[in-house]
Amino acid sequence: MAGASSGLQSNRELGKATRDAFGRALEALGADHPEVVVVDGDVGNSTRTEWFGKKHSDRFFNVGIAESNLVGVAAGLASSNKTAVIASFAAFITCNAYDQLRMSVAYPGLNVKVVGSHAGISIGEDGASQMGIEDVALMCALPGFVVIVPADEESAKAATKAMLEYKGPVYLRCGRPEVPKIYSADQVSFQIGKANRLRDGRDLTIAANGIMVAMALDAAEALAAEGIEARVLDMHTVKPIDRDALLTAAKETGAVVVAEEHLAHGGLGSVVAYTLAETHPVPIRFVNLLDTFAESGAPEALLKKYGLTAEKIVEAGRSAAGAKKR
Amino acid sequence: MANNLDALLARARSIREDIVRMTTEAGSGHPSSSMSAAEVVTALYFGGFLKHDPKNPTWPDRDRFILSKGHAAPVLYAALAQAGYFPHDEIMTLRKIDSPVEGHPNMKRLPGVEASTGSLGQGLSIGVGHALAARVDGKGYHTYVMTGDGEIEEGQIWEAAASASKYQLDNLTLIVDRNHYQQTGPAEEVLNMDPIDGKFAAFGWKTQVINGNDMREVLQALERASEIKGMPTCIVSLTHKGQGMLNLLRKLGDTNFHGKPLPAQNLNEALAEIAAS
Repeated sequence: MAGASSGLQSNRELGKATRDAFGRALEALGADHPEVVVVDGDVGNSTRTEWFGKKHSDRFFNVGIAESNLVGVAAGLASSNKTAVIASFAAFITCNAYDQLRMSVAYPGLNVKVVGSHAGISIGEDGASQMGIEDVALMCALPGFVVIVPADEESAKAATKAMLEYKGPVYLRCGRPEVPKIYSADQVSFQIGKANRLRDGRDLTIAANGIMVAMALDAAEALAAEGIEARVLDMHTVKPIDRDALLTAAKETGAVVVAEEHLAHGGLGSVVAYTLAETHPVPIRFVNLLDTFAESGAPEALLKKYGLTAEKIVEAGRSAAGAKKR
Repeated sequence: MANNLDALLARARSIREDIVRMTTEAGSGHPSSSMSAAEVVTALYFGGFLKHDPKNPTWPDRDRFILSKGHAAPVLYAALAQAGYFPHDEIMTLRKIDSPVEGHPNMKRLPGVEASTGSLGQGLSIGVGHALAARVDGKGYHTYVMTGDGEIEEGQIWEAAASASKYQLDNLTLIVDRNHYQQTGPAEEVLNMDPIDGKFAAFGWKTQVINGNDMREVLQALERASEIKGMPTCIVSLTHKGQGMLNLLRKLGDTNFHGKPLPAQNLNEALAEIAAS
């Protein structure tokens, strides 16, 4: 990370990266969850599963750079009543081992927790090959998978706990950089499938997840200065989506912006649009990576170049609010 | 032993009869791929090797058998039904709507099925997971996995082979049903994986090569496999695809007969050949 900060720029206080929060939570929860077994694809010092491995070495296996086998081994462990947790880079575990996730895990509905770290373009300098930007679409496509994209340190910790307590396949998306704090430890609220309303407003709803939640809050402040009051929803669970929160938001605010660090097709934007098209169609605008791979660069430079900024959310908000029927 | 051997040979014939009956009734399926494996599956379920309880299919201490070559489901269904996991007449609902006896094994719907397979190459990794779980839990159960010989062309098999060796999984036995054919032709021509035993030996496995259609050899090989310590074992089981109806397949001009049921008019001829085998 020479020449780059380890965290995203923000007016908010920076917290840990979501991968670090996951790693610490897994390590801490290991003692109370003797049924948890963690399998690594030789990236445990990147995904932070090595912290669990050091404390619970009898329940930690490194099967090498072999994602297909990694997923299959987890399926076998889960079939023998273990809660199998596997982690690798989001790009590799979802794309390299997709058939195994489909056939060995999703089809039998096994209790496997798949953690994709280094998601999105905010990993920075390593470039497009390492950036998981299609993972949410892929994992949402698999029947029965829960898909979670936490926004910050505290929600990633809470998501890890909820994931271990949930029975069934879960995908948890984590990121590399330190991210702005959204929640404090004592007021974090995390329930799978239930969006968190972080700010209220009657003119517009911004539905966001991951690193885009902090930007959504910044955008809402900027929009308020223009007289547009935006509601902000942390849509940490993409599947199952919180239909009630979306329907209520569409009815009460009449316009929606969806912001995510992911490709356009099949991510949160697609899920929100699908849900509202069926229930209460309103103008929707999208802030995402469209249909392109990114490149190497500092995280901030990448986010700016590929349009993942509070300013882009503000523009989308103006457009959505302006398109409402008067 | 002699009486036991006779009983097992009769059981293998009965399993082969079930295979052709259910696939002919279904009008589709993979009878030839199933029949090559009849001795091994019979020996496991009825020869005293699998510690299992058909009345308690999820018994935590049971031995596991994972049919990684999922298209050979009929041999598994015949064994499970005859062992009492589900009513025997259900095998005749193979591949029909609403039946849990699906075209490929579905562990969610049919008791006794240890893994949902049908996408080749995945069962050995699942077996490694079971074997590691046994180690974590301090349990003594054994996990058996059967793949096809074409199936070991899948790279995942070798990822799994390396990991089983790393963890010295002597509670894991792989049987490669070496029936010499895959979908489009002879396995050696499609993608030659010989020497199969040499490859597994190089990956750190104890290997045996046997005539997998000879019940005596199968029983001896499984016995030896259970005695190996400190490493996983692989039995390369040399078999014939369609064993038990080879004369009929020759007459029909197709000794591979991949993924086809016997025509109804040939059913009795096949049953007669099986009975005489």
